[in-house]
Amino acid sequence: MARPGRRLADRSRLSAADMSRVAVFAGLIAVLGVPGSFALFGNAVPVTLQSMGILLCGAILGARRGALAVLVLLALVATGLPLLAGGRGGLGVFAGPSVGYLAGWVAAAAVVGWLVERAGRRPALPWVLGACLTGSAVVLVIGVPVQSFVTGVPLGETMLISAAFLPGDAAKAVFAAVVTTGTQRAYPAAAPGARRVAAADGPPAPGEG
Amino acid sequence: MITGAYVAGTSPLHRAPAGGKLAGLALACTALLLAREPWSVGVAAAGVAAMYALARVRPAAAWAQVRPLRWFVPVLLVVQLLITDAGSAVSLTARIVLAVALAGLVTLTTRMSELMGALERGMSPLRRVGVDPRRVSLLLSLAIRSVPVVAGIAGRVRDAQRARGRERSIRAFAVPLVVGVLRQADALGEALQARGLDD
Repeated sequence: MARPGRRLADRSRLSAADMSRVAVFAGLIAVLGVPGSFALFGNAVPVTLQSMGILLCGAILGARRGALAVLVLLALVATGLPLLAGGRGGLGVFAGPSVGYLAGWVAAAAVVGWLVERAGRRPALPWVLGACLTGSAVVLVIGVPVQSFVTGVPLGETMLISAAFLPGDAAKAVFAAVVTTGTQRAYPAAAPGARRVAAADGPPAPGEG
Repeated sequence: MITGAYVAGTSPLHRAPAGGKLAGLALACTALLLAREPWSVGVAAAGVAAMYALARVRPAAAWAQVRPLRWFVPVLLVVQLLITDAGSAVSLTARIVLAVALAGLVTLTTRMSELMGALERGMSPLRRVGVDPRRVSLLLSLAIRSVPVVAGIAGRVRDAQRARGRERSIRAFAVPLVVGVLRQADALGEALQARGLDD
């Protein structure tokens, strides 16, 4: 809808600003997959926030760049880098039962991004939360049938097994929504619907605390 | 520094072209997905074992490739035993381990740069829809470089969080992290622009 003049150029080529956001967010997903990168209950539970990173990519970068960031991460994983949660990597993850979830990540980032893009310059928390929950559902809708197909376990049983992950997935969707709105308040250019004001907010400060 | 899982060697598998190995892997995984009888899975197991022997991969490196399945396999086996007989339960489970092991073998015997090259060549037909393979490889290199940079930002945010006594708040961790990441990304974008990437 916005910037009709840039539409064609957009499709043919990624601008430098887009490229760097995609690359750095791919790195963010990888870092969120390191266990202990976040301590919950004093490190007793090795929580990784990688699936939250997928939702964040969509909600902050938008559909196209968000899905692209996930694809870049998966391409690096395919070349053998141990960037998935728990240090997994290599072509093996694409031959195993979790391949559907990885494909679901790409779709989820796109869906979340598409939804948040509709919300304009400052998306409201309920809208972003709805988008993130939808995104988590998309991962399961693609991942569970593929897992069922790969393992040969009927769909019903596979759904039962994956139900164990539902509370965690829902919690991560909530976190993703809260973090997204918090980030977009602190850094208004972070909303995918916001027009980019490149270089207008001064030199970047290192780190934040 | 992050590294791939490549283990140097001079076996025929190490010297085979990456594209060929990837195509072979895709074929083998499809075949494994369709193999349901115990005898065909047995043949596949012998084949995979022979390939590992041919590549002279150390057992530790081989184990590292299938290790992520160590919790999944017992669970799957139990579920399969509840549904079908022991023979098909074992073969259905084994073919997944074999597919992962075979994919791991390609990872172990192929340099990351070769896989990247194969990826780039595989993408060249996409040139028609406006994908520039050179920009794709720049994008991948930037992403690899970003991992330690983002890890550094995460470390600084964690220290700040500890100093404020808010270790347990995901919000106090993730919001500054994502803002820091965005700042980093936008600075990188300006640097790329200055080098004429948008011209």
